[in-house]
Amino acid sequence: MQIYLPIAELPISILLVLGLSGAVGFISGLFGVGGGFLLTPLLIFLDIPPAVAVATVAAQVAGSSMTGVLTYWRRNALDLKLGSVLVGGGIVGTVLGVLFFNSMRRLGQLELVITLAYVTLFTCIGGLMLFDAVRAALRDRKGKPARLRRRAGMHPAWMGLPWRMRFYRSQLYASVIPIAGLAIVIGFIGAVLGVGGGFILVPALLYFFRVPPAVVVGTSLFQILVTMTGATVLHAVTNQSVDIVLAILLLIGGVIGAQFGGRAARNLNVGSFRLLLALLILSVGLRFAIELFLPPAEPFSVVMPESAR
Amino acid sequence: MKRLGNALLAAGFGLLAGLPAKAETLIAALSTHQIAITSNYTGDQLTVFGLVEREGRTAARADPYDIVVTVRGPPRMLIVREKERVGPLWINRQQRRFPERPVFLTVSTNRPISEILSDEAARRERVGLANAQRTAATNAFEFGIGPYRDALIRIMEDKGLYAENERGVTFLSPTLFSAPINVPATAPTGSYEIEIVLYAGGAALARQTTNFEVVKTGMEQSLASAAHERPLLYGLATAALALLFGWLATTIFRRD
Repeated sequence: MQIYLPIAELPISILLVLGLSGAVGFISGLFGVGGGFLLTPLLIFLDIPPAVAVATVAAQVAGSSMTGVLTYWRRNALDLKLGSVLVGGGIVGTVLGVLFFNSMRRLGQLELVITLAYVTLFTCIGGLMLFDAVRAALRDRKGKPARLRRRAGMHPAWMGLPWRMRFYRSQLYASVIPIAGLAIVIGFIGAVLGVGGGFILVPALLYFFRVPPAVVVGTSLFQILVTMTGATVLHAVTNQSVDIVLAILLLIGGVIGAQFGGRAARNLNVGSFRLLLALLILSVGLRFAIELFLPPAEPFSVVMPESAR
Repeated sequence: MKRLGNALLAAGFGLLAGLPAKAETLIAALSTHQIAITSNYTGDQLTVFGLVEREGRTAARADPYDIVVTVRGPPRMLIVREKERVGPLWINRQQRRFPERPVFLTVSTNRPISEILSDEAARRERVGLANAQRTAATNAFEFGIGPYRDALIRIMEDKGLYAENERGVTFLSPTLFSAPINVPATAPTGSYEIEIVLYAGGAALARQTTNFEVVKTGMEQSLASAAHERPLLYGLATAALALLFGWLATTIFRRD
């Protein structure tokens, strides 16, 4: 069954979109990542114009993270205070990212920047996480205690910078500077790549700040909810590329998938959680690397400047 | 007197050059002048009907009639990029801009173009995909862009937006013909121009142009215009809808 998308200006199979967004929603609910980094490339692969894909996915991510936030909020697994600091830094980062985005577009190298960023980010983060997860799994097998648990008085140097704040829910007493810095970097990357940035935020909170996994996901989803709701409105106002029909289809699949993902997350132990997330991120990175390193079958491509739309 | 003299002179030249003095005219009709995009739109087809009308006094021609139907969609700027190897990476290095090129182009004929007219004439009269995608003002020999232009046509053909159909025109009688035109769902909205040219023995005898448009209607139309005319409202509505869906999902699926 096909439906015509009024902004993307092409018909698309309803079942295909529902299936895709359901699968991505499941992953999003499972890992507390927005899922934009999976959904956007998939939609572009289905011939939806990149601008429409990026903008519409923002709406879908906002909706599915709303579901997640409410679920985690009811379970009291959300640190609103930490989330607010992250949102504040994220806004600064987003503005910087948009400025960088436009200057790279003027230089005509935007596509290269995006592909290189995907490859380096995803392979580095995914690789590091995989390495760590495998090491932890091996240590578990030998019966030694996992190093993840914090011991009293032991914390990395960056937490001791000035302006320390106490985040009770996250069992965190740390300087605001590295947290806001992280949020700025994520906002920047999110604006340039058109993703929420949950896939960076979740591991960063886990590894650099030792925030308990139960709180990480809810807090990350809260940050994504605020930035992606804003991004949806901004995209609609600046380039009119939000396709509401596609957004509704993605939302239906996404929120249902996220429900099941959220349930599955409860039955997942920390070790396999980290291993799966690492493998997922790494595989997306490798997918982009293939495009960059292998000789293309068709070296030419035809693009229509978006302004002509 | 002078005017009459000029007319006689012109008629004389016409005879000398052996030009057909408007012996044939083309009459064309479309099955529809508007393709409406609705929510279940998956492309459409329309048919060009045409009649070759001959003036009674002209003698029958030795060569059979040939028809070339060229459909051009709305013109846009198209950019063709080429990936090249830089160290271990494949990245876009060179690009060529093709301004005012049709986003949709079909050329239908009743037999292969090479049998209808010479390559030289095809270039001059913009017959065939490679020639028809040029704008009228562009030089026939665009310098140094050959591979890019070939790639443009190849990629657009793969997308189903460019097509050359050498059996696309059917003669129902010696003078009556029809040509079906497939408009794929990915063809953009806008005005499409149809040019029908009658050939015999490699010379163009008559031409006729008509047009049709592809428009969004109903809900498609209202949503698209809302997105462009009230972007803030549209954006807020989409965002609110997204949050509503998110909230609904938790209440529907809530078990605890």
